[in-house]
Amino acid sequence: MSFERIKEKLNILADAAKYDISCSSSGSKRANKGGLGNSDGVGICHSYTEDGRCVSLLKILLTNHCIFDCAYCVTRKSNDIKRAAFKVQEVVDLTMNFYRRNYIEGLFLSSGIFNSPDTTMERLVQVAKKLRLEENFNGYIHLKSIPGASDELMQEAGLYADRLSVNIEIPTISGLKLLAPDKKHEDFIKPMEAVKNAIQIYQSEKKIIKSTPKYALAGQSTQMIVGATGESDRDVMYSAAYYYKKYKMKRVYYSGYIPVANDSRLPALGSPVPLLRENRLYQTDWLLRFYGFDIRELLNNENQNLDLDIDPKLSWALRNRELFPLDINKADKLLLARVPGIGLKSVYKIIEARKFRKLNWEHLKKIGIAYNRARYFITCDSNSFEKRDLSSLQIKGLILQNSNSKFRKDYSSQLNLFSS
Amino acid sequence: MTAGTILFYDGTFNGFLTCIFSAFEQKLEVNGIYTEATPQENIFAEPLNISTNSEKAERVIIGLKKKISNDSYRQLYFAFLSELEGIEMLLFQYINLVFKEENFSSKDFGHPIVLKINQTSKKVSREKHRMEAFVRFQLTKDDIFFATIEPDFNVLPVILKHFESRYSDQKWIIYDLKRNLGLFYNLQETSYINFNFKSKDHLDPSNSSIYSTSEIGFQKLWREYFESTNIKSRKNMKLHLQHVPKRYWKYLTEKSTWQN
Ligand code: SF4
Repeated sequence: MSFERIKEKLNILADAAKYDISCSSSGSKRANKGGLGNSDGVGICHSYTEDGRCVSLLKILLTNHCIFDCAYCVTRKSNDIKRAAFKVQEVVDLTMNFYRRNYIEGLFLSSGIFNSPDTTMERLVQVAKKLRLEENFNGYIHLKSIPGASDELMQEAGLYADRLSVNIEIPTISGLKLLAPDKKHEDFIKPMEAVKNAIQIYQSEKKIIKSTPKYALAGQSTQMIVGATGESDRDVMYSAAYYYKKYKMKRVYYSGYIPVANDSRLPALGSPVPLLRENRLYQTDWLLRFYGFDIRELLNNENQNLDLDIDPKLSWALRNRELFPLDINKADKLLLARVPGIGLKSVYKIIEARKFRKLNWEHLKKIGIAYNRARYFITCDSNSFEKRDLSSLQIKGLILQNSNSKFRKDYSSQLNLFSS
Repeated sequence: MTAGTILFYDGTFNGFLTCIFSAFEQKLEVNGIYTEATPQENIFAEPLNISTNSEKAERVIIGLKKKISNDSYRQLYFAFLSELEGIEMLLFQYINLVFKEENFSSKDFGHPIVLKINQTSKKVSREKHRMEAFVRFQLTKDDIFFATIEPDFNVLPVILKHFESRYSDQKWIIYDLKRNLGLFYNLQETSYINFNFKSKDHLDPSNSSIYSTSEIGFQKLWREYFESTNIKSRKNMKLHLQHVPKRYWKYLTEKSTWQN
C-alpha cells in the first residue's frame, strides 16, 4: 500500500466528510464470533477533536466527485477544490488497520454522487460487504444512504451496516428547493421508508425464524443543518419529532451551518457557527427522548424559538410556575425530572436515597443536583428555602447572576448579531 | 486498654478479603489495613500480618453476595482498585455496615460511607473506560499489538475482558508501566506478565528492531486523519481538555510529539 498516495486521499476525503456531525457509534450489539471486533452497545470515543467532538469512527467519503450542486455543501460540483477517490480495498485496509490499533470503533462511509445514485450506493455496499465477509469484521459500520438509491440496494446495505442514515440537510421543504434545486424531498424520504420497512420485516421474521440475518442493528439516524435558511427552532424540532415518530429514527442530529460558500442565499463565509443554538436544540431533543416532554410544551406558537441565555428546561419551568415548588421527598419521578438543575442520574439517586431518610439540602448537594438552579423549584427536609415571592424574571436574573455559562461569550456575541 | 490492631496484607483483593475474614473471626478492633510495603506509623497498635488465603476470601465473597447485589459487589471491588490511601479502612467500615445494619442498602446515598464508595467506584469505572478508549496498539515485528499505559488506578484486571473479546484474533499486550505489570493475550488466553525494560527502545515506533516497518506509516495516516477531521471554526480547547485531560496525551498517537 502506498502510504503517500493514501495520505493525500485521506486528507481530502476526511476533510470533506467532517461536516457531518453524526459520529454516534452506539446502540448496536454485534458479538464477536471468531473474527475481529465487536460493538458492545456503548460507543467508545477514542479521541476528541480540538473542537470537542468525539472521534469514534473513521469518517470519510469514498469520493468527493459529485454531479450535484447543492449550495450548502463543500463537495458541490461548481466548487473549485481538489477531488479524490478511494478504491474499495483501500477503505477496507484503512479500516482494518485503524481498528486493530484501537483507534476507532468502526467506519462511517459516505460519498459524493459521482455517477448515478445506484452506482454510488453499490460501491458503498461493496466496502461493507468486504469488511464483513472477507475480513470477518464485527466492528461498527455506518453507511450513508444515497438519496435516490433503489430499494433493493438499501435492503442489501442493511444486511452489512449497523446504521443507515439520510441527511435531511435542510429542515423545511422550501429551504431545500432554494438551496438544492436538483434534489427532491421524496428522494430523501424514500430510502428512510425502505429502511424502516426492512427493519420491521426482519424484526417480525426474527420472531418466527431464529436465524434471520441481522438487519441494520442500530437503526437509522438523520441530520439537519440549522441556520442556513432562516427556519425557526419550532420548524426544526417539529420536523425532528416527526422523523422520530414516523421513521422510527434512533437519533436526529443538528448541525449548525458552517459557511462553505459565498452564495447570496446563505450566511456569508466567516459568519460564526450557531453553536449555542445547536446546543439548545440538542438539549431539547434530550428532553423529548428521555425526560418525557412533548415538543409542544417546549416550542409552540407563542414560543417559536428557544431561549439562548437559559436552557430549555429552565425556560419551560419559568413559564409553568404553578407546578412548583415540588417536595423532593414526595414528588413523582416524572415531575422530579422536570425540575431545572436535576438530571436523570440525580432523579434516580433521590428516589433511592429518600427511601432511607428525608433528604435535606446537604444530601441533595452531595448527590449532585445543580443547587443554584434547582433551589427555586423545590423544598426538602429543611427550613431554609426560598420564601420570597419572586417573579419568573427575577428568578432568571438570580440564576444567571450566579452562573458562569460556558457559552456566555458566544451568547453575547450572538446577541449582537441578532440585534444588528 | 488496647490500641487495636493494624493489619498488613499483600495488596491483592483476595488478601484484603482475608483481612476482613480474620477481623470478623477474631473479633479484632481494626485500626488500620495497609499493604506490606507501607511503613508503620502507629507504634501503639498491634501489627498483624495476614497471609492471603483464597478459601477465606471466597467465604467473604459468598457472605457479601448474600447481602448485596452483583452490581454493588462490583462497586466494592472497583473502589478497592482505586488504591486510594485509606480505601481499605473505608471498605472495612462499608462491609461492617453490610453485615451489621439491618436494612443496609448500597443505594442509601444519604450515608457518607455509602456515597463515598459509590463515587470512588465511579472514578475507577471512568478510568477503565478511558483506558479502553485511549490504549493505542503498535504492531511489533513478531505480530503482537503492543501498548503501554500508566493509569491512575489499577484497572488492568477490569479492562481484560473488553480487550479479550474485541481483539480475539490478534495477539496483544497491554503493559501498565506504573505498576510494572501487563496483560498478554496469545490468541487462546490472557495472562499477567512482567518485563524488565532495559532501554527506552520500545517507545520509538520507528525502531525497526522492535516494530513492524508499516507501523509508522499507519501512525502517520492516523495523525493525518485526526488533523483533517478538525473543524477550525468550531475550535473549543476547554471542551477538548475536559474530554482528554493533558495527562492522557502521552498515550495518544494523534497527540504525541514525535514529528514525521
Ligand atoms: S449530492 Fe451530496 S455530495 Fe453532492 S453536492 Fe449535494 S450534498 Fe454535496
